[in-house]
Amino acid sequence: MSNTLILLIILGLGVIGFIMGRARAMAVADGDRRNLHSLPVYYAANVGLNAIVPACIVLFIWLIAQPFFINNSVSGMIDQDRIAEGSSLSLVMSDVRRVAEGLDVAVAEGAMSAEMASDIRTEFSNVRERLAEVGVALGSGVTSETLQAAQSYRAMALTGNWLKTIIVLLVSVAGLAVSWRMITRDYRARNIVEKGIMLVLIGAASIAILTTVGIILSLIFNTYEFFKLYSAWDFFFGTNWAPSFSGRGGSSELGILPLLWGTLYISVIALLVAVPIGLFAAIYLSEYASKSVRSIAKPMLEVLAGIPTIVYGLFALLTVGPLLVEVFGDGGALGVTWMSGGTAVMTAGLVMGMMLIPFVSSLSDDIINAVPQAMRDGSLGLGATHSETVRQVIIPAALPGIVGAILLAASRAIGETMIVVLGAGAAARLSLNPFDAMTTVTAKIVSQLTGDSDFSSPVALVAFALGISLFVVTLGLNIFALYIVRKYREQYE
Amino acid sequence: MTDATSDLPSGKPVTTAHASLLTESPKMKKRNAAEARFKMYGIFAITLGLAFLIFLTFSILRNGIPAFTQTVVNVEFTLTQEQFDEAESKMLKTAAYTEIFVNNITEQFQERGLDVEFDGGTVERLLGKVGGDLRSFYRDNPSQIGQPVDFQLSAASRVERYLQGKLTRDMVVDGRFLEAADLDVVDAMVAAGIIGTAWDWNFITGTDTGVDNPGGAGIGASVIGSFFMMVVVLLLSLPIGVAASIYLEEFAPKNRFTDLIEVNISNLAAVPSIVFGILGLAVFIQFAHLPQSAPLVGGLVLTLMTLPTIVISTRASLKSVPPSIRDAALGVGASKMQSVFHHVLPLAMPGILTGTIIGLAQALGETAPLLLIGMVGYVAREYPDGIASGLLDPNSAMPAQIYTWAARSDEAFFEKAWGGIIILLIFLLTMNIIAIILRRRFERRW
Repeated sequence: MSNTLILLIILGLGVIGFIMGRARAMAVADGDRRNLHSLPVYYAANVGLNAIVPACIVLFIWLIAQPFFINNSVSGMIDQDRIAEGSSLSLVMSDVRRVAEGLDVAVAEGAMSAEMASDIRTEFSNVRERLAEVGVALGSGVTSETLQAAQSYRAMALTGNWLKTIIVLLVSVAGLAVSWRMITRDYRARNIVEKGIMLVLIGAASIAILTTVGIILSLIFNTYEFFKLYSAWDFFFGTNWAPSFSGRGGSSELGILPLLWGTLYISVIALLVAVPIGLFAAIYLSEYASKSVRSIAKPMLEVLAGIPTIVYGLFALLTVGPLLVEVFGDGGALGVTWMSGGTAVMTAGLVMGMMLIPFVSSLSDDIINAVPQAMRDGSLGLGATHSETVRQVIIPAALPGIVGAILLAASRAIGETMIVVLGAGAAARLSLNPFDAMTTVTAKIVSQLTGDSDFSSPVALVAFALGISLFVVTLGLNIFALYIVRKYREQYE
Repeated sequence: MTDATSDLPSGKPVTTAHASLLTESPKMKKRNAAEARFKMYGIFAITLGLAFLIFLTFSILRNGIPAFTQTVVNVEFTLTQEQFDEAESKMLKTAAYTEIFVNNITEQFQERGLDVEFDGGTVERLLGKVGGDLRSFYRDNPSQIGQPVDFQLSAASRVERYLQGKLTRDMVVDGRFLEAADLDVVDAMVAAGIIGTAWDWNFITGTDTGVDNPGGAGIGASVIGSFFMMVVVLLLSLPIGVAASIYLEEFAPKNRFTDLIEVNISNLAAVPSIVFGILGLAVFIQFAHLPQSAPLVGGLVLTLMTLPTIVISTRASLKSVPPSIRDAALGVGASKMQSVFHHVLPLAMPGILTGTIIGLAQALGETAPLLLIGMVGYVAREYPDGIASGLLDPNSAMPAQIYTWAARSDEAFFEKAWGGIIILLIFLLTMNIIAIILRRRFERRW
């Protein structure tokens, strides 16, 4: 039985349980709900949930456990010595699975009878051709050993599926029956249901932890695999980035330093654009602007933060890049030949700076507004001009918060992907010329992992090592920035 | 208090005792000038920021709007019964139709005194497979034979770019797609006034094409891909996000577990989106063997990304419901759970929905994680047929489609990318406007 069908049956049982529970609750209360401890709907919900939730948990665990169990026992059947040169157990197992799926398809399409699929032998017929007839392509001929493994794989999966159906449905019915039987006048149905809802709420809140754990585990495992193939020293201190796809990436040079340099260079340019503009905009909006100017200019600036980064990427690639080449390129307005192509550090940095203006300005605006009015009044009362007050009183008071805002913007800049993928170029190099094409950590993660990458070559796995470096750096910056902002806030609240 | 004067910005004691308050001392002039300058810096910064926004909008509109129109050639064409019979009796039937078409156009040119020579190959390069189109039209509508029929034939993208001035004669080198002599025919068509532009529905409803047909590429299939992803995001992130916020805001005891969750949520909100892509690749595709490029996987990854946004805004709107509501509910005998679900949650709903829509809008424009789960290499040529296929079959999504077009070497696709951005921004704008209206309409100030 398919999982969807099982799920539907469980849900149906839940609805039946709901109706039965309500009926029984009203029956034990002699038709008057005032005789019950809880509202009837809680009795009903209790029975319904008991029919659904434990059964779903069992189903879920079964779905995860069964493939592991079958894989283990089938791979035990395969003789380790007979695995061909250049192959591995996992490759043989994927062959086995593919043959098993092929047999399933063949049975489903009526090209083979069920008995035939479990009895067929390579000695008597060409399995590969027969499977090709029903549209299952196999890379190589099927050995008798693979076929036998596939057949026992199928048999075990079939038994497993039957067991799963029976057990899950039994659990559901049992849950329904037990909770139905337990309904009495004094049964505390509401407390039980509320406890269940509480568990759901806690579970939902824990997803944040699970996500973080998932990120860390998937990064660490794959990075560990990478460092088994490539030395960590060469990765962190290598000054050359030259992935080579020949020989399964064996001759690649994968040093992170050129990528870090590109990331840093672009981020610095972006911050050089965003911080002065953002800061002055924030000061003007919070200290000088009239209410009507503020109510128009502030949302307009924030629109810049709401535009998807792919738009900025395209803008960098197709508008800003060519424009810069016209100024700084060969035969350009300045008569210099600094820039050879549209994609460059400057292109990506400028556009990223535009994107970051609202990050700096909104956060700084909030922080400047949080400076107590008394400090302004004191300074103005002593005869300082407005700008002197801003420079000598407000900015120093707001400095920790502003630094925090800048750090948050910096972490954005380091983690930004689309602008650099489209605007910064693909060549990894250590150069000082801001009009050269350079590349960043994020851009290389994308280029190493897109397309048909297998996860066994260092050329693909390096992306995870890059990812963990990026994760650690941005996380560190964020924690530091939040720490500063929070510490500052406590001073005035 | 006396030494406070030495801390003044001037650093010197005030020496202008005899000056009038009404005349500006040189020092005061300097300070006032600094004041004006400082204010100018602020105005300049804001103007610069807004100028960036205007420049961006302008360049999107200027480059993107042509994607919504296509260049068409309007031809009035009459096929006689004899011509039809003769063409149908030939071996190469479509070639015969093309020849009839060529003769017809040449006549029209000669009537206007234009003298250009061209053949069927030119017509195919300029207008596609006209012969086949004509043949299938007249076979389907035999009653139209012998009567004048207006045909609107869409021109190849290179013709369009020639007319826009983006392609010049000396740039034409590749004879496979366009020859320099073909442009004479285009010029003649312009002189004859039979070439024009028409609204291109295919761009909105069509699917992506391979790299060799920029003119026929449309964004429709990827809009559907994005739609399925957003459905997944909405169905998962709204219940999970609301449940998590209710726990954290209303029930959570102050302990280390709660702190851990809070720290995690605020950090996840700032993790670069590409890291979520790595997570999706490693967990959903590598570990759980879900299909690559599937909107389901994209939706799951974007759900994890959107959750912190939704949790943060939901908590804010739960917090804004005054405690008196809770106290009143508890006072008339509701349990804590009942007070939250029956009273607090409905009152916080407008705020929650606003936050959710804004979170969805963010997720809709997010590109980087989609690159990693394989939505870029895939050419979305087909619409999904049904819900299961929409979720599990490979498809593209709007931002991924835009990236795919931008990354192709044929510059004709860039126009499509800009056009795609316009459509994406229209969706985002609509969602944000709905959110603002919701907030204005239902927000309560206590």
